[in-house]
Amino acid sequence: MLRQPLSRALALTSPVRAAPLTARRFADQVQAQPEKVEVFIDDQPVHVVPGTTVLQAAAQVGVEIPRFCYHERLAVAGNCRMCLVEVEKSPKPVAACAMPVMKGMRVKTNSDLTRKAREGVMEFLLVNHPLDCPICDQGGECDLQDQSMAFGSDKSRFTDIHFSGKRAVEDKDVGPLIKTIMTRCIHCTRCIRFASEVAGVDDFGTTGRGTDMQVGTYVEKMFLSELSGNIIDLCPVGALTSKPYSFAARPWETRRVDSVDVLDPLGSNIVVATRTNEVLRILPRTNEEINEEWLADKSRFACDGLKRQRLVSPMLVDSRGNLTPVDWEDAIVATARALRDCPPDKLLAVAGDLADAESLVALKDLVNKLGSENTCTEQYFPLEGAGIDLRSSYLLNTKIANVEDADFVLLIGTNVRFEAPLLNARIRKSFIHKETDVALVGPKVDLTYEYMHAGDSASIVKDLATGTSSHAVARRLEQAKRPVVILGAEQLRGPEGAALLAYTQQLALKLHDKLADKSWKVLNVLQRTASQVAALDIGYKPGVGGALQGGPRVVYLLGADSGVVTREALPKDAFVIYQGHHGDVGAQIADVVLPGAAYTEKRATYVNAEGRAQQTLLAVSPPGKARDDWKIIRALSEVVGERLPYDNLDEVRARMSEISPALVAYGDVQDNNYFAQATALAQSLQKSLSGKLDVKLKQLEDYFMTDPISRASPTMAKCIQAVIKQKQSPY
Amino acid sequence: MAGALTRVIQGTKPHLGIIGPLAINVNNVPVRFQQTQAPSKDKYGPLADSDRVFTNLYGRHEWRLKGALARGDWYLTKEILLKGTDWIVNEMKTSGLRGRGGAGFPTGMKWSFMNKPSDGRPKYLVVNADEGEPGTCKDREIMRHDPHKLVEGCLIAGRAMGAQAAYIYIRGEFYNEASNLQVAIAEAYQAGLIGKNSCGSGYDFDIFVHRGAGAYICGEETALIESIEGKQGKPRLKPPFPADVGLFGCPTTVNNVETIAVAPTICRRGGKWFASFGRQRNSGTKLFNISGHVNTPCTVEEEMSIPLKELIERHAGGVTGGWDNLLAIIPGGSSTPLIPKNVCETVLMDFDGLVAAQTSLGTAAIIVMDKSTDIVKAIARLIMFYKHESCGQCTPCREGVSWMNKIIYRFVDGNASPKEIDMLWEISKQIEGHTICALGDGAAWPVQGLIRHFRPELERRMQEYSAAHGPSKAERLY
Repeated sequence: MLRQPLSRALALTSPVRAAPLTARRFADQVQAQPEKVEVFIDDQPVHVVPGTTVLQAAAQVGVEIPRFCYHERLAVAGNCRMCLVEVEKSPKPVAACAMPVMKGMRVKTNSDLTRKAREGVMEFLLVNHPLDCPICDQGGECDLQDQSMAFGSDKSRFTDIHFSGKRAVEDKDVGPLIKTIMTRCIHCTRCIRFASEVAGVDDFGTTGRGTDMQVGTYVEKMFLSELSGNIIDLCPVGALTSKPYSFAARPWETRRVDSVDVLDPLGSNIVVATRTNEVLRILPRTNEEINEEWLADKSRFACDGLKRQRLVSPMLVDSRGNLTPVDWEDAIVATARALRDCPPDKLLAVAGDLADAESLVALKDLVNKLGSENTCTEQYFPLEGAGIDLRSSYLLNTKIANVEDADFVLLIGTNVRFEAPLLNARIRKSFIHKETDVALVGPKVDLTYEYMHAGDSASIVKDLATGTSSHAVARRLEQAKRPVVILGAEQLRGPEGAALLAYTQQLALKLHDKLADKSWKVLNVLQRTASQVAALDIGYKPGVGGALQGGPRVVYLLGADSGVVTREALPKDAFVIYQGHHGDVGAQIADVVLPGAAYTEKRATYVNAEGRAQQTLLAVSPPGKARDDWKIIRALSEVVGERLPYDNLDEVRARMSEISPALVAYGDVQDNNYFAQATALAQSLQKSLSGKLDVKLKQLEDYFMTDPISRASPTMAKCIQAVIKQKQSPY
Repeated sequence: MAGALTRVIQGTKPHLGIIGPLAINVNNVPVRFQQTQAPSKDKYGPLADSDRVFTNLYGRHEWRLKGALARGDWYLTKEILLKGTDWIVNEMKTSGLRGRGGAGFPTGMKWSFMNKPSDGRPKYLVVNADEGEPGTCKDREIMRHDPHKLVEGCLIAGRAMGAQAAYIYIRGEFYNEASNLQVAIAEAYQAGLIGKNSCGSGYDFDIFVHRGAGAYICGEETALIESIEGKQGKPRLKPPFPADVGLFGCPTTVNNVETIAVAPTICRRGGKWFASFGRQRNSGTKLFNISGHVNTPCTVEEEMSIPLKELIERHAGGVTGGWDNLLAIIPGGSSTPLIPKNVCETVLMDFDGLVAAQTSLGTAAIIVMDKSTDIVKAIARLIMFYKHESCGQCTPCREGVSWMNKIIYRFVDGNASPKEIDMLWEISKQIEGHTICALGDGAAWPVQGLIRHFRPELERRMQEYSAAHGPSKAERLY
């Protein structure tokens, strides 16, 4: 188990050591459980499977061994030597992170030898570490600080401070997100291992030998990865810190609120650190089923967009056509009048990418009460066939964590790397550790791992589904025991979307029928936004195309900022209501603006691409006069005269659970079925496919700005500039 | 050439007078040799010419295949190969040969680790010819003057462990040696001695030469493996040991050049013959490099357990200015602790003898320092070497050795506090045994040797310094 030779990682990285993967839910066959061995940690017996390291065995009995270089999600490097422990009958202390347990091993984690070894290593680490803790951003959350308190010596004997001083290392410029203070580096190589193993970007490495060894990028170069921010968390010292957050706050000054990210469809779990009603930074929160402990850069660094371009006051168009701030009362009255005067069939509500389930429910209830059925989302999904009636048609059914168990992944028209970076990280993980192969139908993009490129024409999917393809991908799909097919929802927009979905469903069903393990899910549709699944669950119609044809008189935009509703597409006298938190595309065309709350400012429900409901918590209050979104709609309903029957969040959620219990089953995700039925209903849609599949996010620079928050973020703007500049560089 | 042949035959007459019958009745050969040796002895050395393994150490004869054949290399190699793995390993075990690269691990046992049931992966033999230890110059003599011994050794060792190829990792600076070795390999291929059906034994075996790029750390076996794989020469963690996961992830044994090069002779003349030299557990003959303040520095093959004094007096023409002018000796290459003159009088040059003297045989590279030596500076220079060659991977070595380097260079001038002597000792102990590979140990030992035997000298310098310049700044911290 420990350090299995990984031919794929071998091509990239020096240590051939695989971190043990998390426990498997889908075992290949019924594997004989290896007999456990008994070891003793400080005389406490513990039974572990052979191949477990001493450090892991110790963790099982609650003994934590200090470490710097070891990280459970990265390969074992064993170079910091902080985890040295005494093992009985071994003349030298052994590195607990790398030493597999042996039968009857007696480990002493608190003996004199162990303590001395730790103290020695600690002293060496501090020899060349600048004692600039007062000006170091890592202060308060620094492993070196904490461990030197716990395991270090109480005094310094570094007399050479009076002679030659300490080593100084030039800082590197690795882009606008990561600040490097390389003098502080303790050469644990976590960042190097993360970059080459998880991020798949082999830019980091060491140069030089001995005390001159430096961690860096060989040539000065930006760390071109969508997961780069994670090396800030990984760095045990202050060598890599967050550039946007530099000198902003101390960890003990911030209030930390658990929340959920909404800037990609996965709903990564986050911690929002705030101080004085200001979001200072966003950190990942461990959730093994979604984001492990990583976080994509947009989710982490776009938080400064929450402070810019905000709608802080209700606004009405004045006589000259300019939006002017008004009181809530005026805005609500004007809105209510427009809604009341509108013929029901001319009323259209459009939900945007960041809308939460509560406001989606409230808006739909209100619009329905006004007699209209026109509630749409900006993202498209074909309604032909089973449409959105079967939840399995539009979800990531395999589930993010289970993708690791796949043995073949077929991506259709999606650049997972930028649409759902952490799903891509999972695929890469199984590519490296589990010999999973990947194939892509769509434009050739860099996914950070090798894949079979089947071409970019949609007809390939048809050929695969109907079994007429002779491509190698078809053969591999045939042989796969746990195939996964991921279709990018972006491809469903065009006229051939329905047929593409139908063929993908047929292909998935065909593969599923051959599987021995019927609980394995094959079909996945990867949505692009955080709101889409909840909106479809609630009953919003995907896509605004048809509704716009009807020439709506009043359009209610609930954070609809992706630009599918434009003034040109609306009748001249159409009244546009925009409710949202950023002055972006939607607010520009609005006649009335109702300022709402962003995801850090409300307790709200989001359903991720898997269909897992999660809630954000209130970290800061909405700025200015902005209010919670569902409350705005509730207030509006009162004035319109169609009072919505809920007065507090619990009542809204009770209403949500009436619509779908899944919307309030927080943290849970249900298994979906009815794949065969969906396929049967879509049978008639299987027409010929002639188009080419294309994705919007092709390059790293496309990734950073995809929604109103990230478009308002100066950090994201800097990232795009830096990436473009880096691409012009000869390196 | 003929002379050389005569010498070989004459010298080994008691054993090799039977070249004719040998070819006919191979199985009897080892048995015959065993009878000629006395079971135990108390005087070691000098080695008789007839018992030398390396008969062209000084390059006085032809080093190519013709010369090698004349000296008895490649003689009955096929028969040795056909005796099989167990026989060869057993013979190595009988010989008591311990690895000649410094650590002294019993070779027979090491080879036997390779004979686990195969899991389908190929096995490799890697020969460590990255001879970079200051003071050591034995392997280069073998490779430039007797390369066929090594090539033949690779074949026999490869057979013993079922390896399909040998990689000889040769130090990059050894240009001529690599050239000679490559020529020797080419000759052996052409003569059908290696390659497909080596020596007609039906065994396929390839030998590749890989030149290093000048890093001392690549002499560490796992760093060497990494280097062959094309990566930075940074030692791997053990376990898994190379015998499980080595070169390209396959079972691998890494041996020193000398270890491999003596193997054919041991197989030809029998393990018992080799075991008859030296003390128990330290048997065999060994190449000793004597350098420094001696009249005739040399590399010489001698019996193990020969007294150090006799070795120097007999082969190196004695210490310059006479034995009494001796200050200290580093007995086994730069990483071993030095021993002062009084220890040198009696110490026996073998693994156990030197361990008893709190030092180590290492590569048996004897560095002699007479009284003109600035002993502190000499050790400081060694530490600077280790500081420069530390790979920087693990903390104690990266930070500790450079710190030691800073301190000991202050010791050279005496610009230090006497309390720092104990501190330096502790630092060296904090490095020793806490690192991934043995380079940390090798850097710590010279310092320990210096402090152990020359503490008064260190204190004297500090007193002198403070008398001349006032108290050292280092005193401030105490």
